[in-house]
Amino acid sequence: MTDILEIARHDLLDPTGLTDTELQRVLHQLVSRQVDYADLYFQSTYMESWVLEEGIIKGGSFDIDRGVGVRALSGEKTGFAYADDIILPALLEAASAARSIAKQGGDQQVKAWHKLPGHHLYQPINPLHSLSEQDKVSLLQNVDQYIRDKDSRVIQVNLSLFGEYESILVLTSDGTLAADIRPLVRFNINLIIMQNGRRESGHAGGGGRVDYHTFIENKLAYDFADEALRQAILNLEAVDAPAGPMMVVLGAGWPGVLLHEAVGHGLEGDFNRKGISAYSGRMGQQVASSLCTIVDNGTLPARRGSLNIDDEGIPTQNNVLIEHGILRQYMMDKRNARLMNTVSTGNGRRESYAHIPMPRMTNTYMMPGESIPEDIIASVKKGLYAVNFGGGQVDITSGKFVFSASEAYLIQDGKIGAPVKGAVLTGNGPDVLTKVSMVGNDLKLDTGVGTCGKDGQNVPVGVGQPTLRVDELIVGGTQSS
Amino acid sequence: MKSIEKSSLNSNQLKDISQLILQEAKRAGADQAEVSVATNKGFTVSVREGDVETVEYHQDKGIEIDVYVGKRVGSASISDIRPEAIRSAVEAACHIAKFTDEDPAAGLADKTELAFDFPPLTLAYPWSLTVDQAIKLACECEREALSFDKRIMSAEQTSITTVGGHHVYANSNGFLGDYPYTRHEISCVLVAKQGEEMQRDYSYSIASDPKQLSSIHHIAKEAAERTVNRLGARRLSTMKTPVIYLAEEARGWWGNLIAAISGGSLYRQSSFLLDQLDKKILPSFVHIQEQPHLPHALGSAPFDEDGVATRENIFIDAGVLRSYSLGTYTARKLGMKTTGNAGGVHNLIIQTSKEDLAGLLKQMNKGLLITEMMGSGTNLVTGDYSRGAGGYWIENGEVQYPVHEITVAGRLQEMYANLVAIGNDVDVRGNIRTGSILIDGVMVAGE
Repeated sequence: MTDILEIARHDLLDPTGLTDTELQRVLHQLVSRQVDYADLYFQSTYMESWVLEEGIIKGGSFDIDRGVGVRALSGEKTGFAYADDIILPALLEAASAARSIAKQGGDQQVKAWHKLPGHHLYQPINPLHSLSEQDKVSLLQNVDQYIRDKDSRVIQVNLSLFGEYESILVLTSDGTLAADIRPLVRFNINLIIMQNGRRESGHAGGGGRVDYHTFIENKLAYDFADEALRQAILNLEAVDAPAGPMMVVLGAGWPGVLLHEAVGHGLEGDFNRKGISAYSGRMGQQVASSLCTIVDNGTLPARRGSLNIDDEGIPTQNNVLIEHGILRQYMMDKRNARLMNTVSTGNGRRESYAHIPMPRMTNTYMMPGESIPEDIIASVKKGLYAVNFGGGQVDITSGKFVFSASEAYLIQDGKIGAPVKGAVLTGNGPDVLTKVSMVGNDLKLDTGVGTCGKDGQNVPVGVGQPTLRVDELIVGGTQSS
Repeated sequence: MKSIEKSSLNSNQLKDISQLILQEAKRAGADQAEVSVATNKGFTVSVREGDVETVEYHQDKGIEIDVYVGKRVGSASISDIRPEAIRSAVEAACHIAKFTDEDPAAGLADKTELAFDFPPLTLAYPWSLTVDQAIKLACECEREALSFDKRIMSAEQTSITTVGGHHVYANSNGFLGDYPYTRHEISCVLVAKQGEEMQRDYSYSIASDPKQLSSIHHIAKEAAERTVNRLGARRLSTMKTPVIYLAEEARGWWGNLIAAISGGSLYRQSSFLLDQLDKKILPSFVHIQEQPHLPHALGSAPFDEDGVATRENIFIDAGVLRSYSLGTYTARKLGMKTTGNAGGVHNLIIQTSKEDLAGLLKQMNKGLLITEMMGSGTNLVTGDYSRGAGGYWIENGEVQYPVHEITVAGRLQEMYANLVAIGNDVDVRGNIRTGSILIDGVMVAGE
C-alpha cells in the first residue's frame, strides 16, 4: 500500500465508515449559503515519547489524537468548528457551526474532486514501528552510558526520543482532494556538568521526517551527545557577555533563526493583507542588502519543516522571498491569497484539526554567498561570533526582534577569543538585513529542532543560513565595553 | 447568526469514564493507576474593521492515563472515549511500563496526602453571551479604540473568548475529585502609525467571572493609550540603571524564582537556588505566599495534579526561602513532603508596599520603566538573565519618551539582592499576583 491517499483513507475514513457521498453532502451543505469556500481536514496523530533521566528509563507515553476540522469562508469571514470524534453526526454539527458565519444567499456548487498529487519528500512510514521498544530504550541507555564514560564531570543527563505518525486528508469545495502521511522523529539531550562547584548545562538534538534508524546509523544520537557536552564544557569557561552595539558574525545553520524572526514572519500574508507588517507595501523594493537572497522552501527531502502538501492540500514550493535584497514574494495560504487577488504559495498550515490554517513558514534560509567563513571572521576588528542560539521573538509591526545566543565568542583583531555567556541579541528586522555586509559560501541547515509558535499554534519548521556578518546588532550582555 | 448547542459530557459521565479507566488498568495488570480528564467548550469571536472576521467553536476533551506496574510507569493519552479506545490506551500504557525502569520515587501520592475532603471552590461562572452578542461587544470595543486617536491606523484584532471546562482526577488509591471552571477573555490589539513608524500594543482582561472583566471602555482606552504612547520610540545608550518592571512584566520575573525553587529543577540540579532552603535570598520586605482557594481567581484549585490538597504555602518569609514548590514525585526525590504543587503554584501572592506605580516612579527618579519583554534568555542553572525589553525612559519620576530595541541583563541572584520596592498596583490577571517592582543597578544595552 504505497498510495498516500489510500493510506490516509485507510487511517482516517475506513474506521468511521464515512463515504465520499456523505462527505460531498457535508461540503455541499457548507457552501450552499453564501460561502465562497469550505474545507474538511481529517487528521490522526500517533505520538510516543521515551525519557531517560538519572540513568534510568523514567517514563514513556503513547498518545493518540484524531479529529476533523470544518471551515467555511465567506468574504473576509471565517467560520470554524471541529470535532474529536470522526463520525457523521459530529461532522454535521461542526459543519452547521462553521457555516453560521454566512447569513444567507447564493448557492455554490462543490466542484468534483480531483486528486491533487503532492511531492514525495519522505516515506509514508510509521516511525514508531521502526525500532522495537527494547531497541528504543537501549538507544537511550547506550547514549547515556557513552557520555557519562566520556567525561566524569557530567552529573545529569536527560535524554528523550520522540516519534510521530500523522495522517491527513483534505477535501475542499474547490475540488481538491489531497492526503499526506507525515512521519517525524526527534532526539534530544540536556546535560549538566560540574567542575569546582560551578554547574553548567549543554543541549543538542535534531531529527526530521524519517524513522528512528537515523539516530543509530552514523551514530547521530552520539554526535548530539558530544555536542551537548562540548557546549557545557565551553560554558564552564564563559566570561560575561558584552553589552551594547557590536559587529556580529552569525554562524551557519541554526542561527538562521534570525531570518525566521527578523524577516520570515513579516512576510507572512496575513500581516501584509492587514497592512500591519514592517514589510507591508514594499513589494519590489530593496529591503535587504543585495547579498541577501532568502527563500522559504517546503520541498527539501525529509526535513522537519518540509511538507508534501500544505494543510490546505496545496503542494509546497520553493518560494524566493527576497532576491538580491529585493522583496519578491509574501507567503500565502488560500484565504489571504484570495483576499489579496493572488494564489497560495503552499504555506497554509495549522497545528492540528482543532486550529485554523494560517500562512506559516516551512524551511526558511538564506542562499550562500561568496565569502570564505574564515575571511568573514578575519575581517572583524572587534565583535561577537555567535554560533548557536536558543529561540527568538519578533514584533511584526515595528520589526523589532530578539534572539538568544547560547554559544558565542568575542572576536578581537580578526581572531576568535574567549567564549561568552548566553545573551540576547536585538535589532530591527528590516534595518538589520540592510546591514548584512558579508555572506559566506557555507550554507547549512539546522539539525531539525525548530518549532514556530504563532497565535498559540505550534508547527515544526526549519531554518538555515551561511556564515554572515551583520555590521551592527545590540548585544544584551552585562559588560559595558 | 445563531449560536448552537453542542452535545457535551456531564460531570457524572466524566467520572464514570475515569472509574472505567481505573478498572481497565487493574484488569490489565497495573498495581496503581491515575487518570486525568479535561473537557472544555466555548467559542472565540474576533472582529476587524467593524465586522466579524472569525468565529471559532471550541470543544475539546483529553484523557491522560498513568499506570504503575510495581515501580515502573507507563503513560498514554487519548481524545476518544469509546470503550475500545480506552482499553487500547490502557494497554498501551501497560505495554510501555514493561520497558521503563524501576523508579523508587514513582507512584501515587500516599493516601494521607490526598484531598479526600477538598473544599467546594466555586470556579465556574458561565457567561450567557451568545456569539452575536460577543461580535457586537467586540465591534463596540474596536470602534471605541479606533476613535481614541487619529494616529491609530487599525485594529489588528479584537476578540472575545468564553470557555467552560470540567476537570476530573481519579486514582486507584480511592481519590475522585472534579470541578468545573470557566475562563473569559476580551482583548484588543491596535496598530498606530506616525510617519514611517508603526507600533503595536494591546490590552486585555481575563477572568473566571464575567462580572470581573474590565469594561469594554477601559480595555479600548488602555489599548489605545498604550499603542499611541509607543510612537516615537528611541533606543537608549548602554548603561547600568535602576529599572521598574511594570506589574504584568514583573510576573515573569517572579516566575523564574518559582521555577528555580520547584522540585523538578532542584532534583535535576538545574537550579541556581540549590541548597538555599532557610537562607536569605531576597530583601527582608519580601513575603511570598500561595493562596490556592481564592474565590474568582484563575489560579485557584482545590487539589493539585496528584490529588493532593492545595494549601497556603509560605515560600518566602522576610526574604528567607522557607519552602520549595513540590509535587509527590519531586518531594520523594528530595526526601521531603509534597507541598501540593504538582503542576505548579496556585495564586502566588507577592506582598506589596503602600506605594503605587507613581510613587515607585518617584522613588526611582531616573531610570527605565519596562512595559514589554521579548525573547527567553534566562539560564535557570546559573541565574544568568538577558532579555529584550521596551518601555519608557523616566526622569524626575515622570515619563520622558518611549524606548525600544534594548536589552536588560544581570544575574538573578544579584537582581534579588538589588530589589528595592514592590508597588501596590497588583495585576490580578495571572497566577502570580504582583505589583510593579523596582530593581537597582541593572545592565541595559542599547546604543
